[in-house]
Amino acid sequence: MQTPGDFDLSRRGVLAGGAASIAAVTIVPTEPAAARSKPAPAPPAAKVAFEVNGTRRELELDTRTSLLDALREHLHLTGTKKGCDHGQCGACTVIVDGRRINSCLSLAVMHDGDKITTIEGLGTPDKMHAMQTAFVEHDGYQCGYCTPGQICSAVAVLDEIKAGIPSHVTADLTAPPQVTALELRERMSGNICRCGAYSNIIDAISDVAGVKA
Amino acid sequence: MKFETPATTNPIDQLKIIGKPTNRIDGPLKTTGTAPYAYERHDVAANQAYGYIVGSAIAKGRIASMNLDEARAAPGVIAIVTADTAGKLAKGDFNTAKLLGGPAVDHYHQAIALVVAESFEQARAAASLVRVEYARGKGKFELAAALDTAITPPTVFGTVADTSVGDFAAAFAAAPVQLDARYTTPDHTHAMMEPHASIAAWAGDKLTLWTSNQMIAWSVGDMAKTLGIPKENIRLDSPYIGGGFGGKLFNRADALLAALGAKAAGRPVKVALPRPFMTNNTTHRPATIQRIRLGATADGKITAIGHESWSGDLPGGGPEVAVAQTRLLYAGANRMTAMRLAVLDLPEGNAMRAPGEAPGLMALEIAMDEMAEKLGLDPIEFRVINDTQVDPEKPSRPFSQRRLNECLQTGAAKFGWSKRNAKAGQTRDGRWLVGMGVAAAFRNNLNATSAARVRLDKSGVVTVETDMTDIGTGSYTIIAQTAAEMMGVPLDKVVVKLGDSAFPVSAGSGGQWGANSSTAGVYAACAKLREAVAQKLGFNAADTVFAGGKVKSGRRSVVLGEAASDGELVAEDMMEYGDLAEKYQQSTFGAHFVEVGVHAATGEIRVRRMLAVCAAGRILNPKAARSQVIGAMTMGAGAALMEELAVDKRFGFFVNHDLAGYEVPVHADIPHQDVIFLDETDPTTSPMKAKGVGELGICGVAAAVANAVYNATGVRVRNYPVTLDKLIDKLPDIA
Amino acid sequence: MKSFTYERVDTPAAATAAFARSKDARFIAGGTNLLDLMKLEIETPAHLIDVSRLALDKIEATTAGGLRIGAMVRNTDLASDERVRRDYGLLSRALVAGASGQLRNKATTAGNLLQRTRCPYFYDTNQPCNKRQPGSGCAAIGGFSRLHAVIGASEACIATHPSDMAVAMRALDATIETVDAAGKERTIAIADFYRAPGKTPHLETALAPGELVTAVTLPKPVGGTHVYHKVRDRASYAFALIAVGAIVQRDGSGRVALGGVGYKPWRVEAAEAELPRGAKAVTAKLLAGAKPSHENAYKLPLVERTLAGVLAQARG
Repeated sequence: MQTPGDFDLSRRGVLAGGAASIAAVTIVPTEPAAARSKPAPAPPAAKVAFEVNGTRRELELDTRTSLLDALREHLHLTGTKKGCDHGQCGACTVIVDGRRINSCLSLAVMHDGDKITTIEGLGTPDKMHAMQTAFVEHDGYQCGYCTPGQICSAVAVLDEIKAGIPSHVTADLTAPPQVTALELRERMSGNICRCGAYSNIIDAISDVAGVKA
Repeated sequence: MKFETPATTNPIDQLKIIGKPTNRIDGPLKTTGTAPYAYERHDVAANQAYGYIVGSAIAKGRIASMNLDEARAAPGVIAIVTADTAGKLAKGDFNTAKLLGGPAVDHYHQAIALVVAESFEQARAAASLVRVEYARGKGKFELAAALDTAITPPTVFGTVADTSVGDFAAAFAAAPVQLDARYTTPDHTHAMMEPHASIAAWAGDKLTLWTSNQMIAWSVGDMAKTLGIPKENIRLDSPYIGGGFGGKLFNRADALLAALGAKAAGRPVKVALPRPFMTNNTTHRPATIQRIRLGATADGKITAIGHESWSGDLPGGGPEVAVAQTRLLYAGANRMTAMRLAVLDLPEGNAMRAPGEAPGLMALEIAMDEMAEKLGLDPIEFRVINDTQVDPEKPSRPFSQRRLNECLQTGAAKFGWSKRNAKAGQTRDGRWLVGMGVAAAFRNNLNATSAARVRLDKSGVVTVETDMTDIGTGSYTIIAQTAAEMMGVPLDKVVVKLGDSAFPVSAGSGGQWGANSSTAGVYAACAKLREAVAQKLGFNAADTVFAGGKVKSGRRSVVLGEAASDGELVAEDMMEYGDLAEKYQQSTFGAHFVEVGVHAATGEIRVRRMLAVCAAGRILNPKAARSQVIGAMTMGAGAALMEELAVDKRFGFFVNHDLAGYEVPVHADIPHQDVIFLDETDPTTSPMKAKGVGELGICGVAAAVANAVYNATGVRVRNYPVTLDKLIDKLPDIA
Repeated sequence: MKSFTYERVDTPAAATAAFARSKDARFIAGGTNLLDLMKLEIETPAHLIDVSRLALDKIEATTAGGLRIGAMVRNTDLASDERVRRDYGLLSRALVAGASGQLRNKATTAGNLLQRTRCPYFYDTNQPCNKRQPGSGCAAIGGFSRLHAVIGASEACIATHPSDMAVAMRALDATIETVDAAGKERTIAIADFYRAPGKTPHLETALAPGELVTAVTLPKPVGGTHVYHKVRDRASYAFALIAVGAIVQRDGSGRVALGGVGYKPWRVEAAEAELPRGAKAVTAKLLAGAKPSHENAYKLPLVERTLAGVLAQARG
């Protein structure tokens, strides 16, 4: 079997420090630690104001704060979930100015003046949105962690179809897309459910759209 | 309560609430984003700081030096925890590798430090300023290359490495029809949607962890051992868990480092594992190499069945028990199974949904398909011929229930199996080659001691408390249904509280034992509460009826709450088990049917139809149980078609360690799924007469997909996942 | 993520001026790739210039009969534009084959062109990667390379460009309009936009530092049947193993561009002359000189077979 030593010989340059001891390549100091004698200054912050679920919110945030973390950690709207923080799962889906986005890959400070709808804005346990009710009725969730993202996405998907936005499975690009199970599956594919509630989720959305799954 | 003889008629058999497809009671919270998961508990402790973990950049070796100066000087940093500063830590019984590494490094992305800061952004940035120099050691990272060093693993939880019945070698050699084939399954990752997360707070020497964990009592014990403090000083609270699949059976680095970080910072600390870090930091389902030999008579009776499996793990780890089902699933007088375990320096292997059977059936059920073809038999007929109603290794021991044949035959009728062309590569639908596949599903039923406490208040509300967890399985709901059935109240008069170590110890969620075991524990507690109610009301316990929110005895009838009019009634009990599981082999059975399309030009594989038929004892809630099965079918489709942790054999880590690189099925991969439960009860399992389905659902699915791909294309792929690159050179030429 | 200062600008001139006066600045629009990389400290700008609200969000007809697509036009809006759907179906198809609905709602035209490779070793900062850290080596060579380039790669880098949109843009002969810090405008043919990795895989495009993409222009429609076939393991929300974009005319002539095979959308005009002779002949010229690894050699027959399927589909 290949060993790291063999590898070094055949792939010169991959391990800069040699086989026995390496300084892991990306954590070589870019400036010497000693050069910094006093504590670093506070990180840059910026003010932002946006509307969340109909309420104006003003925040002063570290510029690095994602919209997702602004919602979860600063506004304590924890219905929006962090599944991957890299746009790979859809659990953080919220609706901004009518469009669904991944709130993890968006800086909060870039949303000044925007109108944001989160799962909490769609409905509450006492007054559920039709999509939330349908998810319960069709058991379109299991662990529940991807669920708010699925529901926000589902609400937006029906609007997207209405607006004539095509998808990968739209057969005729020049004709208006229809609400079909095939269309819903493709359009919902940015929302991963590892519990595998997909079949039930499509039933729930179809129910709300008034079509047969 | 002790369960020692098969159940007779009991209040559960009324089936007024149990057995009904009620909506899950946690639904309104989960669908509105108001169910609180571990990292979201802003309310439980004030002044929470943020921890961010630093993981090892090498797979094996040691930390030569660690410089924390820059990280310490970074804005907002409150504390840094490393093995040097953490004090003496033991390793938990359930952990193979230490949760906090250093100076020795056992695997890639093993945690080596925690940086605690005022904000998440500050902690994350400062973590990258921890400067580490490593001395890289030589490790073993490739299973196929380590086979020579594999040893016979010791017996763990009663599972021996090798079994043998009759004379396998002679019978196989003499068999008129033989199959001898090698199969591989890759490493899989749980990839649950909620990353492992914990908030820790200390009050003096008492620690509270709000975490995401399937097995509360195990993890309290292991955390106590790791930290060297009494169990009584630790409280774990895990009411909502964003998926587990075996990946949250044990404490992981988030929990330990939150505890250590909170101690170092002198305030509550919250830690979540970043997604790209989870795969190599936590556990995974280990890869296997399997050899299966089948010998049969010309008319299809198996005379020899042999299954060997090799897997790897870190030193001190265990094997993937991929031969488990082969010991029980099919008849055959001459049998052998064997497992071998190699030391690998990859991250820790451990349980993932149906450990053993899931990868074992991925191989065995392809082998059965291959053998059926050699015999010229329909694959369903071949399985039916080789059914056994007794444990084939110990024929004196019957199955408590076994309706595998009925699963296969019911499914065949429902799925339209008769339309399948037995000759592969014959069916076309436009640009798609179409095929059908079948596989048997098998998973043992396990029971575990489980306790609960029930409270009755004067308004007639029954509150159940148990440390049982709901990982998406429906525990809240079936426990509520059990209590409602037992106490004769509607579902909305039951409150269920789960996941808190302050509650009585349950079976927890794992090994598909949760549903039957935890509800049986609630049954026991409710039986005690019924006695207390009768006694309080001065009723004769023997003839007291609980129904419609009332308690009746003879001509007397009062509302249930009356019994608690001068104070809450509280009862606590546990269900313990005798030897019925030794007398009877208790297993769950099923059959999976899959139709696939394979693109004639590109080899892209898409699942078109899926059906599962399950025989798994009483189904406590058909809606929730169906969800368990479709979810497992989805994970099985992933295992069949896309899931594989790519091992870098030079550097020793899983390369595709995020949700972009490790593909799991998305909506577009999964068609409408059908599930049929055969109507049955198993009185040997508990008064609930139930078993589990959550793992049964994944068992065999991948093989059914692989067999369907073969039926569509005529190309047999024995190395999972079945991806188009393994088909492309063998597909028919296209114009 | 390193801390950074942030400003929002209203005009391209303000954007380039802001860049000129800042140290380590980057433009940010949709952010779907840049923020992903910043979280892992693969990108570490000290200053972010928010160009997402520049008035570059229009799709306008050009005097040459084509379309001028503003750099800030979102992928969803571009794919949905009536003219694009009618006349540049390949572009619409490629766009909706990429990413997810959520990401397409944020991702911009310019950002899509400029997205960086998804090589897992590029993404893992513990691993050597010449693109991320010049001179550190390439871990993908000899490593997990099933998804990597089969053509145009170098000893230093075998990464692919992940964009679907760019494949269509290449087949459509798009040109990229930019403005630099001095206010100088220029256009770059998409064929010249991506740099071969050679010994400097960290240099990916023809853009100079601070040069801002303002628009992408499509020439007038070429007609024909447009087919985009993206091949992947799962059915959606995945990067391509390979992708074939083709425009096929009634007389059998046409254009072919590939995704998932190299550092850029791969098109060889000379290979298109072979279209009447079929996929095998086209692929032989298109992928001449390909050097696959053991793990990605399947891409060669896959391209040929996918193209054959695409041509069959185009013929109806």
